[in-house]
Amino acid sequence: MPDTPSLRPPLCEAQAESAQNGKAAVEVTELSRSFGSLVAVDRLSLSLPAGQIFGLLGPNGAGKSTTIKMLTTLLPPTSGTAMVAGFDIARRPGRVRRSIGYVPQVISAEGSLSGYENLLVFAKLYGIRRSLRAERIQQVLEFMGLTDVQNVVVQKYSGGMIRRLEIALALVHQPPILFLDEPTVGLDPTARQMVWEHIQQLRNELGTTIFMTTHQMGEADELCDVVAIMHEGRIRAVGTPAELKAGVGDGATLDDVFAFYTADQTDDRGGYKDVVRVRRTASRLG
Amino acid sequence: MLSESAAPQAVWVEEHPVFDFVRQTSAVAEAELRKLRHDHLELVSRMVQPVVWLVVFGRVFSRLREVPTGGIPYLDFMAPGILAQSVLLVAVFFGVTLIWERDLGILQKFLVSPANRLALVLGKSVSAGIRAVPQAGAIYLLALLMGVHLWFNPVAMAATLVFIGLGAALFSTMSLIVACLAKTRQRFMGVNQLLIMPLFFGSNAIYPLQMMPGWLQRISAMNPLTYMVDGLRAVMLREAHSVYGLGWDVLVLAVTAAVLLGLATKLYPRVIC
Repeated sequence: MPDTPSLRPPLCEAQAESAQNGKAAVEVTELSRSFGSLVAVDRLSLSLPAGQIFGLLGPNGAGKSTTIKMLTTLLPPTSGTAMVAGFDIARRPGRVRRSIGYVPQVISAEGSLSGYENLLVFAKLYGIRRSLRAERIQQVLEFMGLTDVQNVVVQKYSGGMIRRLEIALALVHQPPILFLDEPTVGLDPTARQMVWEHIQQLRNELGTTIFMTTHQMGEADELCDVVAIMHEGRIRAVGTPAELKAGVGDGATLDDVFAFYTADQTDDRGGYKDVVRVRRTASRLG
Repeated sequence: MLSESAAPQAVWVEEHPVFDFVRQTSAVAEAELRKLRHDHLELVSRMVQPVVWLVVFGRVFSRLREVPTGGIPYLDFMAPGILAQSVLLVAVFFGVTLIWERDLGILQKFLVSPANRLALVLGKSVSAGIRAVPQAGAIYLLALLMGVHLWFNPVAMAATLVFIGLGAALFSTMSLIVACLAKTRQRFMGVNQLLIMPLFFGSNAIYPLQMMPGWLQRISAMNPLTYMVDGLRAVMLREAHSVYGLGWDVLVLAVTAAVLLGLATKLYPRVIC
């Protein structure tokens, strides 16, 4: 995408500032979540500097989505703490919510409204200044390449367009941190490439911190500055893709790294609910 | 440093909490009403059942002169009851959209926003109240055509709208609670089937409470639909009077709605777990 319009000034100085000073955007300490006897996330700790693209990798049922749900205040942790954008997720959830954008794995745009109407509702919900609202909506539409289809009902969008609209929805209040849960699941290669380019552009131009989950190794390799491999609720390895590959052996791919750290993985994780969710998302987007 | 002072302040404003709350509530309601604009069939299809009730049931039961209606024709007596019933039937299915939004990620998006949780629920209830108005208007018109002796007093007609809006908001909030607890469409539908018949027949919609056995009267007196119908009857018809008093009707409905809203607000964020 050679000349995608910029989202930069005059609205995004605060973000750029926060990105430059390299302070942790997400700081997780011993975070756990259990569902009954199942420990979905087990004493997870990690520190994510601002302005990076961070990829959380793992097989189905590894605890990736549970982690994202806790960090986005959707799910209270069983124990442990996390600071997101400098705010405690348990004690200052309102502040955390102000500071983050979230794109769930499943479809989160309202199908029976137009792209513009979707953005309008969220702009109002987030309290975007009335004087800036229309301008801001047009900015994010333009940034995500949706200006021409803004008045079309979302049901008529392609999978790639829906994903881009969802990212636009998450950007409307200019969050310094963006959470993306499996952002390219079910997309064709062209649409996936386009989403990747937007994610990179967000980081490069605005210094947005990106926290994403994926189980596609190619995506992590292409996109992420830092990758953590999660398995059975715990982080097994953290590093740049290059570091992780070097750690496993000469000529190793991220696939090898993944297999290496999740070797005790049998095929019985995740289960019906996960499969249904992923397939449903894929079929809706596809 | 990404401290509170350095948090992005460029695009959004924080107003007085009350303004914030009103704006968030209206944003949620607006989303619901904009959705309705894209679907006109819904309004038409909702009209079928009340027409059948008034034209078939009403006509037949009019010949039975045994129902103690308080001196008014039976068709007049039941018209407000059927209006309330149609509001109830639409409202109790309102919660299914919440399950739909939960299965997609729409609800998650709303919950990740800084909007007040009560505003998220109240916005939905308000939209349900507004949605009920055109439908009620159509039944009002139908009743007029069938010769029901309506009361064309502007204040009374405004009061009719109040009862319709309040009733719709109350039962749609109840439906949101059912959705929060049921979490799947199948269970939601099952619970609804259990609720609808007792709510309707255990009320004064098509016969007065004094026709019921004592135990049923006591149960029906706890049914919010009874107070909605009682209020509607008094303000819709020229000749009818409220059994409980209009003030009491409004109070019962408002307090019940408030309690249900509080409960729904508590349950709402848990629905996604």
